[in-house]
Amino acid sequence: MSVIIFTLIILIGSYFAGLLGSLTGLGGGFVIIPLLTLGLHVDIHYAIGASLVSVIATSSGSAAAYVKEGITNMRLGMFLEIATTAGAMTGAIVAVYIPTHYIAILLGVILIFSAIMSLKKKAEQIVKEPNKWALKLKLNSSYPTAQGTVNYSVSKVGGGFVMMIFAGILSGLLGIGSGALKVLAMDTIMRIPFKVSTTTSNFMIGVTAAASAVVYLQRGYIDPGISMPVVIGVLIGALSGSKILVHTQSSRWLRWVFAIVVTFLASQMIYNGIIGRI
Amino acid sequence: MAQKINFKDTDMQVVIGWVLRIGVIVSISIVFFGGIIFLYRHGHEIADHKKFVGIPDFIQTPSGIIDNIIALRGQAIIQFGIILLIATPILRVIFSAIGFVLEKDRLYVFISLLVLLIIFISTISGHVG
Repeated sequence: MSVIIFTLIILIGSYFAGLLGSLTGLGGGFVIIPLLTLGLHVDIHYAIGASLVSVIATSSGSAAAYVKEGITNMRLGMFLEIATTAGAMTGAIVAVYIPTHYIAILLGVILIFSAIMSLKKKAEQIVKEPNKWALKLKLNSSYPTAQGTVNYSVSKVGGGFVMMIFAGILSGLLGIGSGALKVLAMDTIMRIPFKVSTTTSNFMIGVTAAASAVVYLQRGYIDPGISMPVVIGVLIGALSGSKILVHTQSSRWLRWVFAIVVTFLASQMIYNGIIGRI
Repeated sequence: MAQKINFKDTDMQVVIGWVLRIGVIVSISIVFFGGIIFLYRHGHEIADHKKFVGIPDFIQTPSGIIDNIIALRGQAIIQFGIILLIATPILRVIFSAIGFVLEKDRLYVFISLLVLLIIFISTISGHVG
């Protein structure tokens, strides 16, 4: 396959990955690793590097818009970034010593988990009971809604922090944003309103990915020829996704389609990992 | 509270929004530009990434990247754009730290610096490993 055909295939595939990722809220780089490894037989190291770069691009791009709306809880994000960056650094360092087929299997498992998470119905929850640590760390905040400004408290700060270390390790190990895990930590453990947890998670993903990208960059995982079409494709796809999202209200069926696609790709990753082809 | 410096969270949100937006636009434009040069020069070669062999030596070091940007080599330009992209969220943390200094929020100045320190250690560890 010539370089130009290879680049075009990745560009188109990444565009749709970014589009679906932004429509479903699962994030852009999500299907990039299966696409590159299973579809184009690219070594998983390069796939992880390229995915990580695209994660930084989409996270930073959409965080720029969310931050201005005042929904993102910046203090909470900064505080939890201690956990995610430390985890991501650990994950990236450890990744070198883990055989690639284990990484492929783990990635498959996380993909399926995230697909299931994306199908769960989200109910808005507002907690008002004060938490000692949340007060000390000034994590309680407010966010704008159609009914006016809503104040909320943050619960179980310690538990959320530990969960974030775990999310960081997976992000560094697998080259994904692990947004689903971050939202899980903030939704179910820290009990933050869904809109705040989604935007704050997105805000943190860029820094988390950067903490492991600096390691991968020096290890030669980030190949310019592969990363270039991936990052451009995913970003443009995510941008058009966010434009569509404004117009369509029901994305429920889309979530199902994406969840099925992701589950299929994930089982392929697991299968190829078990037979040792990756 | 002092009235002189009236720097609030909302101001910081606007600044950080712009840092992220400009970072992404500039770095992706550079990647795109480098990509065109790369395809022009190497488009008809055979793509082979089946085996992990790292990246070409000439873009492995900062000085190598700079020299080869001047020589207008596509891969060096792309890599420079990607490094800028990776730097964008890190730059955001630096701006947050400055913002918290202006807000006189010592706790969060410390937290921001701690995050920067972790990223710094990560950079060093990648260099050693």
